[in-house]
Amino acid sequence: MDTLVSRYSRPAFVDREYTAEDQEDAYQATPSLSLQFALPPVSQASSWLRAMTDDHSNPSCPIKIAHGTTTLAFRFQGGIIVATDSRATAGNWIASQTVKKVIEINSCLLGTMAGGAADCQYWLAYLGMQCRLHELRHKRRITVAAASKILANLVYAYKGMGLSMGTMCAGVTPQEGPALYYIDSDGTRLSGNLFCVGSGQTFAYGVLDAEYRYDLTEQEALELGSRSILAATHRDAFSGGFINLYHVKEDGWVKHGFNDTNPIFWKTKLEKGEFSNVTAELD
Amino acid sequence: MAFAAPDHGPGYSFTSPTTASAPKQHGFYPYTDNGGSILGISGADFTILAGDTRSTSGYNINSRMAPKLFRIGGEGPDATGARIILGVVGFGADGAALKERLDTIVKIYRYEHGKDMSVKACAQRLSHLLYGKRFFPYYTHAILGGIDEEGKGALYSYDPVGSYEREQCRAGGAAASLIMPFLDNQVNFKNQYVPGSGEGHDLKAREVVPLSRNYVMELVEDAFTSAVERHIEVGDGLQVLVVTENGIEERISPLKQD
Repeated sequence: MDTLVSRYSRPAFVDREYTAEDQEDAYQATPSLSLQFALPPVSQASSWLRAMTDDHSNPSCPIKIAHGTTTLAFRFQGGIIVATDSRATAGNWIASQTVKKVIEINSCLLGTMAGGAADCQYWLAYLGMQCRLHELRHKRRITVAAASKILANLVYAYKGMGLSMGTMCAGVTPQEGPALYYIDSDGTRLSGNLFCVGSGQTFAYGVLDAEYRYDLTEQEALELGSRSILAATHRDAFSGGFINLYHVKEDGWVKHGFNDTNPIFWKTKLEKGEFSNVTAELD
Repeated sequence: MAFAAPDHGPGYSFTSPTTASAPKQHGFYPYTDNGGSILGISGADFTILAGDTRSTSGYNINSRMAPKLFRIGGEGPDATGARIILGVVGFGADGAALKERLDTIVKIYRYEHGKDMSVKACAQRLSHLLYGKRFFPYYTHAILGGIDEEGKGALYSYDPVGSYEREQCRAGGAAASLIMPFLDNQVNFKNQYVPGSGEGHDLKAREVVPLSRNYVMELVEDAFTSAVERHIEVGDGLQVLVVTENGIEERISPLKQD
């Protein structure tokens, strides 16, 4: 009996009739992070997409994609400070107040997110994958210059298709030390000491440029990053929520909290006497 | 005949022909807004997804029983033993297509790996599925619910092209702007302070605590009965799915039919 059973019964999940590739074809379940995108059956895909999704040129567009931001990053003697707000808007609707706009690519590399939320999330995840592959192939971590160039070349290949991203790559490598790059969906790639990106960038630049020095102490630098975002959340309607603070040091990044702007605002006003344009009267 | 989205007013009907004076946009308009709303709340050991069952097109009600909530994975067409649920609003056909694709993927994963897909993995896969149509988007707002690897309730929400985030609660669809502020206040206790904890700016914010399942059910019902009162695209039936470690429970109850 046992021999009969063993002859006719097979363990589960073995001896499949067809391969993984066959299944993929049969179900058209394309693998994750594939570079194959569906296109609409029209001659001008990008202008069609703009009509459907670009809230700026067509406020009644049916598909609202999450947007809007203030992000900043600057280099100083103690490394790099990266700070962002956390608001996502879809048209005038606040889609979320808790977005994580600093994307942790690996233990020494950070990316920031401005513009289309999905574009940044997806392509920075893709960048993370490429960075890991580089690490495995070359037995050392990728430089920030190389990582930022992967992203810049990638978005340049999609130029004119409607991607929307303004991102900064901040990281430390033995070769470069602390390095900061700005990359946007037009294909721009710049290295620099100080960048602000997003709808609230001008407000952040206003505070940051006034107080920035390369020899800032760590405490001063963190405070300045946070204060610049606070200024932007106060004057830019598309920025707000929480202040996300990171410090990139020689041996990797350190997170310095995800704090609600509202109590920070009142603390700044009442304890330091700033924002005197706002009344603190309760009645 | 050419069809285009209206360039002003509420986007109720996207199938009205362009008037001669309006600038012609594009002849290709593959979307209809089928209205309706969904909402999800996650608790300590459960996740609740709820949605109305009305399907509209413009001012017409096409169906009073068109569920927006689906079981993902499990076995067979009725997803026996599934632990993941998906809610989709927006364009019904895109929602159905998306659900079908995700369900297939989660089922194949089980056949190939001999274990169920985690909600975390499923959430990321759904994001990639949506982003795969970045240049020809699904007209949908999706919410995914399940139990995470630690046994806690998990809830993920998505924009039409796949940006996603894990949250405590989220409302989507036509009445999202009515329901979401209510949820902010009642689930995350936004703008709630402890009485007598201080004067003016010293008032302490009310601490957020996980809510019980029964209490969340009451919140869900209040959210929907209120949305039905003020939104024309919401009504007819309320479908509620609750995921726990033991499986998925479903309940359908009536909402106002007018």
